[in-house]
Amino acid sequence: MNVDHARLLGLLAPECLVVFTALAALFADLRFWKHRTPGQRSHRTAIVLTLGFGAAATLLGLMGNTTANLAGGTLVLSPLSQHLKIVLLLFAIVTAWLCTETRFTRHVGEFMALLGLATAGMMFLVGTENLLMVFVALELVSLSLYAMTAFDKRSPRSAEAALRYFLFGGTAAAFTLFGFSLFYGVGGSIHLPTLAVSIARHAGDPLVLVAIVFVLAGFGFKIAAVPFHAWAPDAYEGAPAPTAAFIASGSKIAGFLVLGKLLQVGLPAAAGSGAWKAFAPGWMAVVALLAAASMVFGNLAALAQTNLRRLLAYSAIAHAGYALLALVGGSQPALLYFVVTYALAVVGMFGVVAVVENRTGNGSIAGLAGLRERSPLLAGVTTVFLLSLAGIPPLAGFLGKFLAFVAAAKQGTALGYGWLVALALGMSCVSLYYYLQVLKQVWVVPAETRDPLRGGTVVGGLLAALAVAVVVAGCMPEPLLDFLR
Amino acid sequence: MLAWTIYLSFAAAAAMFLIKPDNRQGARMLALGAALAGLAVGLIGSAGRGGGFAVATRLPWIPTLGAQFLLASDGISRVLVLLTGLAAVAGILFSWNVEHRTREFFALYLALIGGVYGVFLSFDLLLLFVFYEIAIVPKYFLIAIWGSARREYAAMKLALYSFAGSAMVLAGLIAAHVESGSHGFDLAELARYPFPASFQHWAFPLVFVGFAILAGLWPFHTWAPTGHAAAPTAASMLLAGVVMKLGAYGCLRVAMTLFPEGLAAWRHFFGALAVAGIVHGALVALSQRDFKFVVGYSSVSHMGFVLLGLMTVSTIGLGGAVLQMFSHGIIAGLLFGVVGRMVYDREHTRDLDELRTRRLGRRMPFAAVTFVVAALASMGIPGFSGFVAEFKVLVGAWQTFPKLALLAGVGIVLGAAYTLRAVQKVFFDGDPEGSPDGTAGADGTTPSVVSLPEKIGASLLVAATVAVGLCPKLLLDWITPSFASPLFDGLRKGGGL
Amino acid sequence: MTPFPLITFLTLTPVVGALVLALAGGRDARRSRNIALGFSLLAFLETAWMVAGFDGKSAALQFAEHHPWIPSLGAEYFVAVDGLSILMVLLSALLVPFAIGVGPGNVDRPHAFHALVLLLQAGLFGAFTALNFFHWFLYWELSLVPAYFLVKLWGGPGRRAAATQFFVYTFAGSVAMLLAMQAVFLATGTFDLPDLARLARSGELARGLGTKLHWTGLAPEALGMLLFAGVFLGLAVKVPLMPFHTWLPGTYAEAPTNVTMLLTGALSKMGIYGFLRILAPIFPSQLRDSLDLLTALAVLTVVASAFAAFAQKDLKRLLAYSSINHLGLCLLGLFAALQPKAAAAAHGWSIERVAALDGVLLQVFNHGLTAAALFGFVALIERRSGGLRGIGDFGGLRGVAPVFAGLMGISIFASLGLPGLNGFVGEFLVFKGAFPLAPVAASVSALGLLLTAIFLLTLVQRVFAGTLNGAWKDFPDLGRAELAVFAPAVALMFVLGVAPQLALNLVNPTVVALVNRLGF
Repeated sequence: MNVDHARLLGLLAPECLVVFTALAALFADLRFWKHRTPGQRSHRTAIVLTLGFGAAATLLGLMGNTTANLAGGTLVLSPLSQHLKIVLLLFAIVTAWLCTETRFTRHVGEFMALLGLATAGMMFLVGTENLLMVFVALELVSLSLYAMTAFDKRSPRSAEAALRYFLFGGTAAAFTLFGFSLFYGVGGSIHLPTLAVSIARHAGDPLVLVAIVFVLAGFGFKIAAVPFHAWAPDAYEGAPAPTAAFIASGSKIAGFLVLGKLLQVGLPAAAGSGAWKAFAPGWMAVVALLAAASMVFGNLAALAQTNLRRLLAYSAIAHAGYALLALVGGSQPALLYFVVTYALAVVGMFGVVAVVENRTGNGSIAGLAGLRERSPLLAGVTTVFLLSLAGIPPLAGFLGKFLAFVAAAKQGTALGYGWLVALALGMSCVSLYYYLQVLKQVWVVPAETRDPLRGGTVVGGLLAALAVAVVVAGCMPEPLLDFLR
Repeated sequence: MLAWTIYLSFAAAAAMFLIKPDNRQGARMLALGAALAGLAVGLIGSAGRGGGFAVATRLPWIPTLGAQFLLASDGISRVLVLLTGLAAVAGILFSWNVEHRTREFFALYLALIGGVYGVFLSFDLLLLFVFYEIAIVPKYFLIAIWGSARREYAAMKLALYSFAGSAMVLAGLIAAHVESGSHGFDLAELARYPFPASFQHWAFPLVFVGFAILAGLWPFHTWAPTGHAAAPTAASMLLAGVVMKLGAYGCLRVAMTLFPEGLAAWRHFFGALAVAGIVHGALVALSQRDFKFVVGYSSVSHMGFVLLGLMTVSTIGLGGAVLQMFSHGIIAGLLFGVVGRMVYDREHTRDLDELRTRRLGRRMPFAAVTFVVAALASMGIPGFSGFVAEFKVLVGAWQTFPKLALLAGVGIVLGAAYTLRAVQKVFFDGDPEGSPDGTAGADGTTPSVVSLPEKIGASLLVAATVAVGLCPKLLLDWITPSFASPLFDGLRKGGGL
Repeated sequence: MTPFPLITFLTLTPVVGALVLALAGGRDARRSRNIALGFSLLAFLETAWMVAGFDGKSAALQFAEHHPWIPSLGAEYFVAVDGLSILMVLLSALLVPFAIGVGPGNVDRPHAFHALVLLLQAGLFGAFTALNFFHWFLYWELSLVPAYFLVKLWGGPGRRAAATQFFVYTFAGSVAMLLAMQAVFLATGTFDLPDLARLARSGELARGLGTKLHWTGLAPEALGMLLFAGVFLGLAVKVPLMPFHTWLPGTYAEAPTNVTMLLTGALSKMGIYGFLRILAPIFPSQLRDSLDLLTALAVLTVVASAFAAFAQKDLKRLLAYSSINHLGLCLLGLFAALQPKAAAAAHGWSIERVAALDGVLLQVFNHGLTAAALFGFVALIERRSGGLRGIGDFGGLRGVAPVFAGLMGISIFASLGLPGLNGFVGEFLVFKGAFPLAPVAASVSALGLLLTAIFLLTLVQRVFAGTLNGAWKDFPDLGRAELAVFAPAVALMFVLGVAPQLALNLVNPTVVALVNRLGF
């Protein structure tokens, strides 16, 4: 395996830049800004991160249509991977700015550094077709996120959530690794396209099925699909808002991309079928079941929530179900469009949560009462984000779901996955109820106090930009779809 | 040209937020201006077009899905656009007294109107669906924020019913898209595609019921009375006047044209449901104590005629259904205007027995006269639009389901009964016997003045129903030729038209 | 040059009057009344003009106006008059100024009251001249609306129930008729009444029922009968024929009395007119098939209403039943005229048929006039007595109010058919035709006629004769203005009693043509 190191460095420059930025932020914070207020420190480090990540994103943009396959699929570059990395960087920037809205820690530099490392891990995850690399990147991301979850030292919940997250995550990682090793055992390769060829020869092998179940269990944890979701509500509730936002957005995008690649590139031969009255063992069947379970459980459980973050967690579980639907449909653009637009809305919602909690200390849904009087901007963007999550056209959430449903409906013959689509449609009706409950607080219920509730200018601007992005992506989806193709 | 109705409404809704929150008059004038402009555009854009199909805008929208931004119109759309324009203007005039969050009220109102225009003018199925949903969301807020008793319950119920209906529509839409080879959503092309009969047999009821929920199809009508009753006046006017028409329009434009064979298999069943709605709605209206509920159930009953007309699948019956959409839109607007604005906003009660004591016939002669005219039109007295429409529907029904036509006749008689009951109780019962002049009653209540905007709005609607009643040709010349367009080829092949 | 659209003009005159009243009437009772009177007299002049220009020797439709309206529904604006119509128009044109002249007394909102009366007149004019079912029905229903509100708003203590009952009964009848006529439309494709009559004669209607309405699953005969029943129901409620009459006594009693004049004088005639214009020409065979039953109902109406009248204590209710009685007689004559050949095998009987129908029409006109006059007198009594109108509340009024008693007495005698007065000729002609055509029915009905005479005479006796009830010592006689209103009506009773051909000449050619067309 001869590797041209100079070329490798050139191709990995964005990742390197991200890691460098993370370390630079850590260094600058510890060295120069130690005695400033946490607010100033978070602003400054956020600026550093923005600049560094922005530069990395620009670099990726300049790389444009470069394609490469280095070290046997360890590093695979394609226009799509570049684009996804840009998307991840943008979400990381938003997350960094969300930190300026919260006062959960004095160790701002460390948090920012972890954020940078997690981002780098995600970028590696996006850019590889090597199982081992997948696992390593996955661990890099996960470990960073565990730590970021535990960061709020004021709150015992934060530590508890992190511990839960860590325990579940560790087990899941073990499952994933075990599944990978079984694949290697059957297929004799850790390079996905090669693996695909040899798995095709062992299509009916029970070992392959066992491996599939193990891997899906591992990834099911990552994307919070039922029944591997139990960590999510606690983590979303306990973690600092920026962490939760990043778990829900970046981590999810990367997770779904890898899962999709794994299943569609690596295991097309072991697809099986989850069509009505035509079940055949294979990952399609398992994914279809996971999707159904996630949609049903996530939406029904969300009905009972009073805490906004837990509501978003269950909504995230439900959305994992819809995304799995797109995966069943086998349409990568649909899947990515869905996940990215979902991330836009959910990051925005956590931004709102961050601002509101920081000012009022109230994380319940009722805490949003009368938001429209206290902050018209927040009320407006909340409406856009929630309606998008509910799948109301012309917002992006609608089109994401629509694309996912169409993809699933096209799969198989004679609308074989119609049952899954019908279930998804029914469940999105249910979901409208709880989103409207939140919006009712925002618009209908009068506020107890009329004090204005203002976030920082940058965060406000970012939230507005996210809302505009949700609207534009919904009305004019084609550019984004092209970007993700 | 007609597409500007949509743009104008949304633009005005957005522009609302440029007005200062306490500048209520400004918000009203802007809303009125936008609605009037919409009406004018609708009139000018429709005039002289007859029933022909005309494309306004055709742009690629989502090439991935083959969806187009396709705005067009035929005679049916034009009639309904005109209705929307009229109802919008009247609704704003009847909301002149909204003082609470005026700006937001009119912004949501205009957004709703824009969505409605969009539905009527979209000839791309996905675009139509998008506008359809856009029209649903503002309703929730209009009711939940500005509504009266039990408004949050009613708003939620309405939103969930509508959303359930649209989920069914969406399911059918996706199925049709996939089944037809995923080419796109152009209604004309989909109508040409020969969907297999077995597919139509389940897709038709799915889409039809999905739309018909919003049209108040029995037994999925229960959202309508609660929603109408809780909504603020302008919203009930729009809800009953226009939004229920969206459902019926969807049934006609989508479910029936796409799945003619499914229609043939199900029409008797849905015809029977429509008549059940007519009779049941009328019976329930007869026993209500709440004035708005009477009118709410009457809407269910009258929308039954629309659905019955649709199920006849004959030119005369379909024409009657479309005319009834227009007619009921105007009449329901008028009824709700009187009930909600003129009576409830001044008397703060809708209880019929309570209103009996208020001597409204004397204290509000204008409201009384308006309501009587609306009631007559609603009962189907000749000379008003309702008569011609229900007449056509019944003729169509005779051809198809004679037994149902007889039952519908019973519904008309019941309709006269409940309407009279409301008229009597509210306006004419409280007079003490034998008081020869009695301008002031024993309770010392004074005459109540109906404001000028209300008078203008009411006159506008009365003029519309009388004009169409006396000269239905005005609209029939638009409606009838529409059925000749290729969109209805499938129905024609089925032998109906 | 198109001829002057006189009928449209005539129909619109009261509408304009109503608008003027609504906008400019104000609350001044005298002014409203004068405006209304002015317009109704104007309408009367126009009618007179029309009668003058009417060719009495022809059975053809005259003054016709024909415009397309809603082609897809077969609806046309088609108005014209023949002998039948013009008599009815004349009656309406006479009665409305008469009723306005009698006046409602001291009412609240007089402008609205009079506007509604004028609208009612427009409905009457329209219904009597329309020859396309669609817009005939429009007027038929529209005339119901002002009537309803007149009862509802200005009626007596029981007005609410009465008005609702009135409206719902007639409305239900109308819907039945509407549905039936829609089926006829489907079978023939037209709503044009003369056309429909022609199609019925040629058998095309029956064929249409068989071919175009086969999906009903009913044999054409059964279907025809069903449709006939629908139309019949609508008309029978309006007339009313027993047992569809229950709305009537209450409504007549509760309505303001001068409105009752119009209800009985003109509105009930719409039913009879409908029998002649729609039911008989379009469903001749069905009518013949059910003639025995219908005749029986007519006889029942005549006899039972006479008995019921005996039981009444209230003048208005008594007169209401007397009205039912007289209208029953009209229907009897009508049904007798339609008796099939078999019953009269020996000769064509067309003279008898013509006589019966002539009698019916004359009776319609006469009853309109007399009954209106009688209710008008009751209105005066009510006004003088402060609302009392029990038959036993009075007595000996002849002494204090001789003119009043005299004129009302004449009206009563006219009503019971005293020779020399108008009622006699009509009843005579009816029986002249009916005895040979339907001997049993005519004989039984004659009994009813006798009873009528008895109860009307009782009325005269109890109210005018006998000892003077002390309370009415100051009962004022007819004033000059009142005399001016009633004298022409009473004079007309004499005129028509002596020279019935004035009216008969108008209708006779039409009746002859009708009898010929019915094809005996």
